[in-house]
Order: sequence, then C-alpha cells, then structure tokens
Amino acid sequence: MTQITVRVDGQSYSDDVEPRTLLVHYLREQLGKVGTVVGCDTSNCGACTVHLDGEAVKSCTVLAVQADGGTVTTIEGIADGGTLHPMQKAFHDMHGLQCGFCTPGMIMASIDLVGDNPDPSEDEVREGIEGNLCRCTGYQNIVRAVQQAAAEMRGASTGAPSTTEAVAQS
Amino acid sequence: MTVTEDAATVAPAKEVGQARRRKEDARLITGRTTWTDNMVLPGMLHMSVLRSPVAHARITHLDVGAAQERPNVVAVLTGRDLAEEQGSIPCAWPVTPDMVNPGHPSVAVDQVNHVGEAVALVIARSRTAAADALEAIDIDYESLPVVLDMEEAVTGGADLVHGHTESNTSFHWVFDAGEAGTGADTEQAFAEADVVVSRRFVQQRLIPAFMEPRSVVVQPSGDNFTLWSSTQIPHILRVMLAMVTGIPEHKLRVIAPDVGGGFGGKLQVNPEEVLCLLAARRLGKPVKWTETRSESLMSAHHGRDQIQYIDIAADREGNVKGLRCRILADMGAYLRLVTPGVPVLGAFMFVGIYKFPAYRFECDGVFTNKVPTDAYRGAGRPEATFAIERIMDELAVELGMDPLELRRKNWIDAAEFPFTTAAGLEYDSGDYEAATQQALQLLGYDELRAEQQRRRESGDPVQLGIGFSTFTEMCGLAPSRVLGSLSYGAGGWESASIRMLPTGKVEVVAGTTPHGQGHETAWSQIVADQLGVPFEDVEVLHGDTAVSSRGMDTYGSRSLVVGGTAVVKAAEKVVAKARTIAAHMLEASEDDLEFTGGKFSVRGTPGASVGIQEVALAVFASHDYPEGIEPTIDAEATFDPENFSFPPGTHICAMEVDTETGFVKIRKYASVDDVGTIVNPLIVEGQVHGGLAQGIAQALYEEAIYDADGNLTTGTFVDYLVPSAADLPHFDTGNTVHAAPGNPLGAKGVGEAGCIASTPAVVNAALDAVRHLGVTDIRMPLTPERVWRAIHQGGDGGDRATAGSNAYGGAQTETTAGVSTPASALGGDK
Repeated sequence: MTQITVRVDGQSYSDDVEPRTLLVHYLREQLGKVGTVVGCDTSNCGACTVHLDGEAVKSCTVLAVQADGGTVTTIEGIADGGTLHPMQKAFHDMHGLQCGFCTPGMIMASIDLVGDNPDPSEDEVREGIEGNLCRCTGYQNIVRAVQQAAAEMRGASTGAPSTTEAVAQS
Repeated sequence: MTVTEDAATVAPAKEVGQARRRKEDARLITGRTTWTDNMVLPGMLHMSVLRSPVAHARITHLDVGAAQERPNVVAVLTGRDLAEEQGSIPCAWPVTPDMVNPGHPSVAVDQVNHVGEAVALVIARSRTAAADALEAIDIDYESLPVVLDMEEAVTGGADLVHGHTESNTSFHWVFDAGEAGTGADTEQAFAEADVVVSRRFVQQRLIPAFMEPRSVVVQPSGDNFTLWSSTQIPHILRVMLAMVTGIPEHKLRVIAPDVGGGFGGKLQVNPEEVLCLLAARRLGKPVKWTETRSESLMSAHHGRDQIQYIDIAADREGNVKGLRCRILADMGAYLRLVTPGVPVLGAFMFVGIYKFPAYRFECDGVFTNKVPTDAYRGAGRPEATFAIERIMDELAVELGMDPLELRRKNWIDAAEFPFTTAAGLEYDSGDYEAATQQALQLLGYDELRAEQQRRRESGDPVQLGIGFSTFTEMCGLAPSRVLGSLSYGAGGWESASIRMLPTGKVEVVAGTTPHGQGHETAWSQIVADQLGVPFEDVEVLHGDTAVSSRGMDTYGSRSLVVGGTAVVKAAEKVVAKARTIAAHMLEASEDDLEFTGGKFSVRGTPGASVGIQEVALAVFASHDYPEGIEPTIDAEATFDPENFSFPPGTHICAMEVDTETGFVKIRKYASVDDVGTIVNPLIVEGQVHGGLAQGIAQALYEEAIYDADGNLTTGTFVDYLVPSAADLPHFDTGNTVHAAPGNPLGAKGVGEAGCIASTPAVVNAALDAVRHLGVTDIRMPLTPERVWRAIHQGGDGGDRATAGSNAYGGAQTETTAGVSTPASALGGDK
C-alpha cells in the first residue's frame, strides 16, 4: 500500500492505495465518485475521462499513485453550486446524450477541448473528441452541444434560441 | 351549447410535438446516476468468471483448490458444482416444432463450445481478489474440431458443434407466399421471368457494444432475492430466472436502474445473471458481477451473421415478378432468448416496399463454435432491408435502369394503403414518393449527380457514387396473436398505470424500460396532454418489478407504439373515473361535463368547474363521493396491438471512393423517415442519428472476426471499430408524417429505422462510385483494403485481412474465403 493525498472536486483526501490501483477505481471504489465510469479496458472509449491538474486524462490509464499531490476534477465537480457548467447545460439543450453513460467523459473531454480551442469548427470538434466513444447519439448533437458551450464560454452569442430550463440538482 | 361558448374555449398548448428537453438529463449530466456497478451493499462479494480460451473442447481436468486458498476468496464454483441447479439459458422462440435446442448451461460442465464461455467462478471479498484468483485455477482441455464456416457446417459429414445432435442445423424455416395464399407460385414466377439476378450477400457478425458493460448485483434477504441488472428486460428476466432457478417468481424482484444503452444486446437472460443469483443464494450474501469490455465483446451475444442467397425475377420493363431468399443464419454455439427468431422476424421484410407477386423464404439456423447471436438493433429487419435494397440495385444494373426509377416502378403507391404484401403483412400508411422527393432535395441530388459525371469523365482518382435505400420496417412489437402464430413464448402487449397523488402530482408506472430513449420525458408529455396537468407534475416510474409489476419491456421499436398507447388508455380511464367524482362535486350530470385543459366544467354554466388535480385530493379524502364506486381515480391499462406499425423512409448516401487507396468517405447523407406522429422531435432526431451511426458502422467499420481456431480477434475496442465522431458525417434528416392508424398516438416507432435503412444506402453508394470500374460487390465492412482489392483485383474484396495473417477472419476453406459463382460474379481471395 502507498499513501496518496489528492484533491478531488474541491475536497482533500488521504488514502492508502495498492500501487496497481487505477485512478478511476480509486475514484469510484474508495471515494464513491461513481459519476465517473469505466467503459472499456483499453483506453479507447474515454468514458472515464477526468481532469488531472487541469488536463483531460483517461482515468483508466492513470495510476492513483500518479495523482498523488494532484488535483482531480470529475463530472461531479464542474457545476458551480446549483448552476450547471455551460458544457453540461449545452449537452442538455442540444440533446447531446441518450443513455448518458459516455456523457461524463464526453463532457470532461469537451471542456478540455474548448480550453485549448475556444472556437472549434465542426471538424475540429469531431477530431477533438475522437477519443471518446458514444454508441447512442451518432455524435451530431454532441458536436452541436460543444459548439454552443464554446460560444457561451467565450462570452459570445450563438444566435440560437436558448431553451434551457432549470435542471434540478437533486 | 352555443357557438359563442365554443369560440371562447381556448385549446391549451399541446405537449405532444414539443421539443421538450429531457427530464433524464439532470442526473446524467451531473454524474448522479445509478448504474448497477455503482451499487455497494453491506458485505457484498464480487464474482469473477474464468472463461474458455478455446473454441471447442472437452474439459479433462479442473482443479480449483489453489484458487480457493487465495486470500479473500470466499468460494470457487464450477459447472459440476452448479450442474443440478443452473438449468439452461432459456430460448423463448422455438421457431419450428422440431427445432434442435442443445441446451445452454450458464457455466460449462464437461465441454466448451465457444471462446469466452464460462468455466468457473470465483467469489471474493473484492473485485481484485476475485480476478487475481482466476489465474490459480488449473484447467485442461482436450481439443475438438472447430466449426466456424456456416456453408461448410451444413454439408454432409461436417464436424459437429454438439456431438449429440444429428447435424449443425437447428431448424429449417420456410415461408412460401404461394402456400400461404399471399402470393403466386414462386418457381413458376422465376420460370416465366425475362430476367433473373442472383447474388450472395454476407451480413457480417456484429457486436451491439452498448457503452455500459453488463453488471449484476443480487441481494438475498431471507427467501427473497433482489436482482439489479443492466438489462432491457427486467420483467421478462424475472419470469425466466424464476423458471430457470426454481426461485418462486413472487420471491424475486428485478430492477433495471439507469441502463447505459442496449441496442438489443441487453435483451437477454445472461448466464452471468443466473450465476450471480445462484452464487448469492448459495452464500447468503450480496454478490456483484461487472464485466470488463473484453469479456463483453467475447461473451455477450453478437448480432447479424447471415449468408444470404437472393434471387430476383423481373420482366424487361422492370416489373418485379418474384423474390427467392435462402438464408444461412449463424446461431453461434447455443440458442439464447430469441436467437432463432431473429432471421424469422426478418423473413417478413425481404419484400421491402415492393409489390412482388411471388415470394419464398427459407432459412437454416446453423450452429458454430462462436458466441451465440441474438437481437441487435433491427433484429432481422436490417438483414432483410440490406438484401432487397442491394438486389434492387443489381437488377437495375442488369436492366440498364436508373435504380430510383426501378424502385418507383415497383413500390406501393400512397393511394394503395393499406397494402398486403406477398409476405402477408398489411402495411398501414406512407407516401414513398413524398419521402423520396424530400430526401433528394436534402441531398442536393442533381448537383451531386452532375459532379459524379464530371469525375467520371475526368478520370478523377476520387470517384463519387450515390446510393438509395427506400424501405420500411415493422415496428411496435407485437400483436400477441401474431407472436403466438410464430411460436414465440410470450405476448407483445404492454401495460401502464397512472396514480393520481393527493397533491395532484401524477405517477405513471410503465411496463416499458428505457435505456437512453427518453421515456420519462415523452411519457410525461403524453400524460400532460391527456390529463391536462403540467409536464413537470408527471413522474414516470419504470424498471422495477416491485413498482411496475406488469410489462414486456423495451425492444423492437415498441415502447411508444405499444407502451405509449397503454399510457394513453390508462389516462383515459383516469379521466373517466374522475368525471364521475367531478360530476358529484359539481352537482351536475356527467353528460354535461366537458374536460379540457385538466378541468371538468359544466356546459352552459360559466365558472362551474373543478380540476382533475383537485379531484385527486377529493378522492384522497373520500369524505363525499358517489355511491357504488371505489374511491380512487387511479387506473391501469394493457394494450395489445392488432397489427405492427410500418415506418417507411428514403435514405440517400453520397460517397467518395478514392480508387488509389480504397478509402471511402461519406460526402453527404440525407434521410427522410416517416415515424408517424412525432411526440418529441428532439428525441426522434436523436434516435435517427444514433441508428444511422450504427447502420453506417456496419457498412464501413464493424466486424466481429474469429480466426481459424475460433478466437475472437476483435476482442477489444482497439480491434472492434465502434466509430468515433471523426468517423461519421453530418446527417441531414427530415420527416414526412403519416399517422399510424393502429394506435391513438399515431406513432410508428423510431428506434431502429436509421440502423435498418442506412447500411444498404452506404454500400450502394460505394458501388455506384466504382461500378464503371467493373466492381459489382464489396463485402462489409468496406475497409480501404477490401475496396482497393475489389477495384484492383476484382471480386468482392474478400475477407478483411489476408489469409494466414493474425487478423485473418475466415476459416481456411474455399467457401468462406469469398465464393465465386458465375451468377454472382463474386471473387475474393482464395
């Protein structure tokens, strides 16, 4: 066992972990952060994507011990109190999810993408999220969502009517 | 009643038809979900499964002693330990009276029949302890001959998958329109035809590849068991698990919490569900099993996998005269829940939207040493639609006709509905011409045809092709009597109930079980309209047999058509019951009440009204209600459809093919679907997008490949190519709307349309691009390698990788490696 200290979604944790423990399993099984999910075992699907020190990582490809001293943000930590992150809101607005299993990873990857490229074209969004698989949506509404969120995040208006309703935080 | 009063009645805004954002999203976009694998129970143990690394073998030695001694291991169980109690995985669809079902143990006892079959279980205190102990199990196998190639498997003297059966054929199922009285004699039609075109099409094996891996948790409590599973079918699962394990049905509660996709892949009674239940019963402790992706790909059921021999007959003018289909359908090693039913369901759709005077269909279900096949999005109908839409193109080429003109000449005209096809189905409604015109416009057809011509003339290395798929499908599974006539083991009705709570809020209890389809939103819209209550006041409950006791679950584009109708009918009963109470409250006659916008009001008496939500409170108190009625306005309804629904559509794909590299790229994709009345356009569009993605993926990317020893070589997402955003085009989608006459919603079903229609459109487009180079067929998926080989070496591109290489998929026989017949002009590598 190795002791690690890591900050996750604003809270500090100190735990003993097996050196082989993957970050995603640490998050899910030791911290109860089950919003982040496991979709494959070869780092292809991206369902487990979180931010480690501000960068999107597939948490099935990072050992928990590698996160020692680091800061992790998961899907559970991006809303500001009762206010959704613009990316969460856009996925809801644009129907960018169906079963929702890929959604946490897809949202975390998309936030990172927009951080690097604040105004991505459709092709740039498609290339930018190609490490995240969705089996339900055919991606078109995800692309729309990322572009809408990008516009909101850079303070621009998309010209598209906003239909957002309050999304309960229960 | 006066004219003035009528004019004063303002119709409330309808919820049905609104692009409501989904209620489900709140928990899904914030990570506050209840996936089965999230479940943690006190004292919970973890199950891990040892799986066979060989395709066909006898188990000659199995020693679990060392595994049992591993730290934190609670139990190790083998097939011998469970042989007396595990029963057989059920097959609910014995398609013929003499169908051979070899039986399907959840964990192998003496023999393994496919790679990935369970051979032993470890139950331990942690996930990792269970997984670690698997490697301490000592097991030896004695190899048996491996049967992989369907065409070889059905020949005399072939090696057998199951030694105790006479052959590898499970069943031979025939539909003959002449014999059924739905068409003319097929042999005669072919004998008299001017033109006959014959082709052999291969529907490759696919994997549903839902994103959430399967997961099961079982909690024993006294003699009761609660089973959570990532399943599409909690109700069917409960019945089947009771029958398989002997646990009384009323002692078993099944819950499908949030379920991360299914696509038919979770329409199953999984061996691991049985094993988890048996382990929990034996140990008296909660047990969880969650699969890895590799386990999922090698042991969850696969889909498609047919070889189709299709003959079409026509006269010189292009009037079709007959269709003859002979199908080999790969069952895999065992029959699972509806394995044999998938090709049989497809049998009724091979005639497509065309007026064939004669039709004959024959299908053999064939055992091979592969994981069983079963439902995958479309289940039988994509196979049928592919065959007919591909052969129509081949016939058009043979006749020198435009492929769309040939279709138009033979499809059912809008004025001809209802129309009974040669397969005996009565198509309900549609306008194929209108949908096609809209799709042509969406695509920008004329410009693309002109560009195709320019590229042809200039000898551009990148050629352009346009492919059509004008189709319909059968949805709304299913009329119970029809299922009975096809020997299916259950009905096709659906159930719903509505509970009016004292505060006026509404609980809708549905027998359907969504896993991404947005039922909570759509059902709320329906009920809001029916009861005149706010959308936000409706909660939809589902997926728990203790809450929703009756249901047939979600598959076959049935939920809205059948389940949504049950919701409507339950709501009608609620209104009827409330009317009696309201009349009493208003001291009026029921006949004088009108119900609109959630209010009962007395005709001709302004101001005399009571809301249905107020009635709910009054009936909760029950201080004053009419004599002779029960004090509740809650209601339940069960709806059994009289016919399927038939959503048609036209899909057109424009495809660029790089003749130098074999790389294909969808230039534009346009689809116009008629799914009947649209309850929520946002959800409908999303369903179409997702279906298109999967149908296009069959055409271009996905293929489950077994090597010559029966190893699945596409056992991870590295090798099994679920497309990413970068692999798919933008879709231009549209709708025509012809309300379905068979249900009050007018809905036809949308879950599978995109997947059923798109595959042949894509392949037809690729062929249209390179047909002038002598290419007549390319096997799916259209990998650059195959396309290049088809262009430069002839044939259909053959198997996906060169024979002898690690990725080679076919058995080493003449037949699998691309059959060449004079009629089909297929080549392939030898």
